[in-house]
Amino acid sequence: MTEPALASTGQAVPLAEGLQGIVADWSSDQRAFKNVPWGKAMMWIFLLSDTFIFSSFLISYMTVRISTTVPWPNPSEVFALTIGGKSIPLILIAIMTFILISSSGTMVLAVNYGYRRDRVKTFIFLLLTAALGATFVGMQAFEWTKLIVEEGVRPWANPMGAAQFGSSFFMITGFHGTHVTIGVIFLIIVAIKVLRGDLDNQRPGFLTGRKGSYEIVETMGLYWHFVDLVWVFIFAVFYLW
Amino acid sequence: MEHAEGQKHPAAAQPHAAAAGQHHVEGQQHPLGIYFKIWGLLFVLSTASYLVDYFHFQGYLRWTLIIIFMLLKAGLIVAVFMHMLWERLALLYAILVPPLLLLVLLWIGAVEADYTFFTRGTFFGPAPEMPVHGAASPAPVKHK
Repeated sequence: MTEPALASTGQAVPLAEGLQGIVADWSSDQRAFKNVPWGKAMMWIFLLSDTFIFSSFLISYMTVRISTTVPWPNPSEVFALTIGGKSIPLILIAIMTFILISSSGTMVLAVNYGYRRDRVKTFIFLLLTAALGATFVGMQAFEWTKLIVEEGVRPWANPMGAAQFGSSFFMITGFHGTHVTIGVIFLIIVAIKVLRGDLDNQRPGFLTGRKGSYEIVETMGLYWHFVDLVWVFIFAVFYLW
Repeated sequence: MEHAEGQKHPAAAQPHAAAAGQHHVEGQQHPLGIYFKIWGLLFVLSTASYLVDYFHFQGYLRWTLIIIFMLLKAGLIVAVFMHMLWERLALLYAILVPPLLLLVLLWIGAVEADYTFFTRGTFFGPAPEMPVHGAASPAPVKHK
């Protein structure tokens, strides 16, 4: 299965596969990332840098948690909610996880319908993704309020145990929440562009002046899935550990 | 910018040609079925990892299960939702190999944290040990 690359002559040139393909791509006197719009390649490189930022946070969380001599607050109890007179552990976080995964699902549908040039469906799924993202941020705001006001958690201290719990929690979930919020804003912008037909008509963007194209829906999707990906790690190592 | 764009992307410059059947060149286009399957699988895995907490599994069983579910979910998202499965290896390795460096940071962090824990245990002293030693040796504790 060789994928054709478009040469400047417009003729398809077969590309090598496997290890030979990697060497050929990187040593070619053009761009290294074949068959990928540069916007998408740049988004991947940005996400790579973001991976390092979030990993630094999670690894420093690990070091403070290992090195503290005071018992760590039990997340299962801290994030429990009382529903119908019964305390259910971690239920809010579980719901937030399902919401974020669903938003990834709707995003992937938006990308798919985008490439099918289905303007209305792409718009609907983008808006649905943004709505789920906003719900996630709303629930996070609720969680923060509960922790700060009712439980008395501060970045420097908390009544449940190790002082480092607060600083790790606010730093990690705060940074993730910021990413989700920025994502929601950009989802709405892309949704408006889709509905207006900017991408079909190749209308230049207001900020970059680049011609509109359905690539941006996929690039947006990469960012959104990354936010979901980071949550997978936060959920596992911060809430479940 | 426009010039470079035109050279790199003849397909993008000709929307009609692009719409006519070169989708696989400029973007990822796959049947919807696989997305729904992965979506469902992610729900199952999330439920499973939640149940690990709900049923209070502890110790190595808990950590093993959490890490397995975490890596499976991450892998599915990157491979299918982010289309890494269908990208060329040059991009795949450029993005997925560098994060392996983080394992070094993880290792250094764990070693450092263990040492910090050890020194805190030694110097911020566990109080219960003092009376035992104090009873055997002539009261150095009272001078503090």
